[in-house]
Amino acid sequence: MTLLDLRGLTKAYPGVVANSDVSFSIGEGEIHALLGENGAGKSTLVKTIYGLVRPDAGDMTLAGQPFSPSDPRAARGSGIAMVFQHFSLFDALTVAENIALGMDNPPPRKQIAGRIREVSEKYGLPLDPDMIVGDLSAGERQRVEIIRCLLQSPRLLIMDEPTSVLTPQEVNILFETLRLLSEQGTSILYISHKLDEIRALCHRATILRLGKVVGECDPRATTSREMAEMMVGTVLQAPQRDYAEAGAEILCLKNLSAPAPHQFGTALKNIELTVRAGEVVGIGGVAGNGQDELVAALSGEMRTGEGMVVVDGASIGGLTPNARRKIGVCAAPEERNGHAAAPDMTLTENALLTGNTRMVLSKNGMLDWAKARDFADSIINAFDVRTPGTETTARALSGGNLQKFVIGREILQKPKVLVVNQPTWGVDAAAAASIRQALLDLAAGGSAVVVISQDLDEILEIADRFAALNEGRLSKPVSTKGLSIEEIGLMLGGAHDMEAAHAQA
Amino acid sequence: MDINPILLLAAVMVASTPVLLAAIGELVVERSGVLNLGVEGMMITGAVFGYIIGHGSGSAIGGFAAAALAGACLSLIFGFLTQFLLTNQTATGLGLTLFGLGLSSLVGQGATATYPVTVPRLPIPLLSDIPSLGPILFNHDAVVYLSILLIVLVWFIMFRTRAGLILRATGENHDAAHALGYPVRLVRMLAIFFGGGCAGLAGAYISLVRVPQWTDGITAGAGWIALAIVVFASWKPFRLLIGAYLFGGVTVLQLNLQADGTLALLDIAIGLLAVAAAVVWLTRSITKKAAAPMDNLLSVIILVLSVVYGLLRLAGMQTIPIEYLSMLPYLATIAVLVGLRASNAPASLGKTFHAST
Repeated sequence: MTLLDLRGLTKAYPGVVANSDVSFSIGEGEIHALLGENGAGKSTLVKTIYGLVRPDAGDMTLAGQPFSPSDPRAARGSGIAMVFQHFSLFDALTVAENIALGMDNPPPRKQIAGRIREVSEKYGLPLDPDMIVGDLSAGERQRVEIIRCLLQSPRLLIMDEPTSVLTPQEVNILFETLRLLSEQGTSILYISHKLDEIRALCHRATILRLGKVVGECDPRATTSREMAEMMVGTVLQAPQRDYAEAGAEILCLKNLSAPAPHQFGTALKNIELTVRAGEVVGIGGVAGNGQDELVAALSGEMRTGEGMVVVDGASIGGLTPNARRKIGVCAAPEERNGHAAAPDMTLTENALLTGNTRMVLSKNGMLDWAKARDFADSIINAFDVRTPGTETTARALSGGNLQKFVIGREILQKPKVLVVNQPTWGVDAAAAASIRQALLDLAAGGSAVVVISQDLDEILEIADRFAALNEGRLSKPVSTKGLSIEEIGLMLGGAHDMEAAHAQA
Repeated sequence: MDINPILLLAAVMVASTPVLLAAIGELVVERSGVLNLGVEGMMITGAVFGYIIGHGSGSAIGGFAAAALAGACLSLIFGFLTQFLLTNQTATGLGLTLFGLGLSSLVGQGATATYPVTVPRLPIPLLSDIPSLGPILFNHDAVVYLSILLIVLVWFIMFRTRAGLILRATGENHDAAHALGYPVRLVRMLAIFFGGGCAGLAGAYISLVRVPQWTDGITAGAGWIALAIVVFASWKPFRLLIGAYLFGGVTVLQLNLQADGTLALLDIAIGLLAVAAAVVWLTRSITKKAAAPMDNLLSVIILVLSVVYGLLRLAGMQTIPIEYLSMLPYLATIAVLVGLRASNAPASLGKTFHAST
């Protein structure tokens, strides 16, 4: 039985065709994967189904009836529910209020808490309706979204990149819930670029590239590599690395503690870590466990006590970011637009902003524009940043391209210590591979590299040692040789309040 | 010292009403995620239209209605510019204030009181007979009651109804509200319209009751105080009431001090304030919630100022120049703002919403 049938959907924006003649169908109770690189048109397609975008051409049928929702309300009325990639939650409101907002006919204020408890019990997703959403972990926030959808008994549940912020254990619990829903007849459209997950969960996969359907497959009978190559359209190369002997200690964190810098921040507690020359240390953890604060303490955005951050034997805890750059400590924070780069400034200006100290792009307080432009140009060439030129504003670049630019900008300064947070977040597979390769090459050249990431596969791929960050505390680093994803998951300790879905309570 | 405390407290309620009205309107606007800095302009526009229509028709109700409408219409200009043409809210709001000041000055030229307008008191039966409390609380004109009723109403709608939930959601995260299918612009236009109406009413209360006459610049910065009080109140309606009455209280106090000429009343007020500040600091220190001076900035500021005042008094100070007294309400507002370093601002406040389709 087909639930949703898409035929010839086309949507063009000025200068780009997001979807071109896209056709496929989703069966009842089927878990259908939608695969594709960034910019392949997945988001536009699901927004069309959810009534946020109207197609230029093509039509849809839902359970045999013509289906063209004019807004999300209409889509929800027809039984479509969606869990967004960037959570569509309101931080200052309670769980119950957030859920009420996502429903068209919410039960009265006094009953909704009971309904939430009922559904969360049934699907093994524990949640307190009175909590303020801003205080919840990423996994809990996702549960809010899922329960919001489930309360409306949807026929089709759309999930956009649901696992990017979850620990492996949380992912397993999510999958149990999704399988349970599928058995009960709910169809699921699952969007991801994590191929292993799709192979473990989905019944069928449709692959998009540059807005077109380029293939369909049974993910259980296809290898990850084959699917990735369909997605990218070329043959992929895994990063090359040599396990070199680690050199002298360069970066040393001794009992690093710092109070939370703001209300929703995390305090750092007694962090101990040494990083040697030529070594990549990976730090994992669910978002909001002190990653931003750790980067700030290392980059100099947040000052710390004497002797807590030591580079080459000298305490740098009181130095400003520029003073640290001078001695070779560079950092690339997670948020590229607005933190790593100033969105409305050109690439040349952005290159100047962190490159000025080490690349000597000014003389006597006067900017050397020619030199700055050359530096920006060299980043663009070395990291294959797709942009019309150096005078384009950072905001105009796609997320992946800007990410390549901000990481490349730090790497080309040949830092002695490089700290990166989520270096390949939202970057497509080919670009991610090149960023990882560049980080490995930097380490091979004798730098100490700290990679903070929520993508555990990434850490296993490039890090020599791994440590987990949990509520501002750092676990003892262990060698990544022979370390499994499950062991890492336990180190992250994020699963203490989770339980697998009861088999049909 | 011959100041009647009952009259004084009743006067505080009257003095606070314009700021309270303008602030509750702005609170709703800011809760929807829009920062309208044009409160002063809308207020003074309301003041001039309320005065002209009120005196032209001889009807207080007509005057207030015209004022609310004038303020609301002016706010629609702001709404159209910021929500549809996506102009910067700060610049547009400042522009609206300048525009309102100029417009009111132009319209008010030669404005004369043809018919006298009186806004009658409405003593609430029985309640107004309660000794001392009755005359303070229950013997006012309708607008004073209305302002308090509005606070309760705004609180109820905002926290007890679905419409209020949608309003708060829009201010908290307009992208998410849009993704869920809520009409962000419509919600904001309605909030802006309401805010304009409240500011207009507030202006008319100044020109018809509080002063009551028309002169250029009659609002004298009350709109800016209203904006500050919204922040002071952390965007919460009942705290708004406290803030507005605090400001009104200091205003009335300094007026009485000017009339009184001695410093006896100020001695009492500052003494009470210092004790309150010390008690707050001590309790917070004992419960270990916040013992450091930086965590109790407001208490520290008050205590330091009290000590300075006390020393000056001991040194034989008998009077204070009027100018210092006139500064008091504004100084108090600044001190409170600094001390509270307000949080809880709606997360989308002042950000331009651009819907993608």
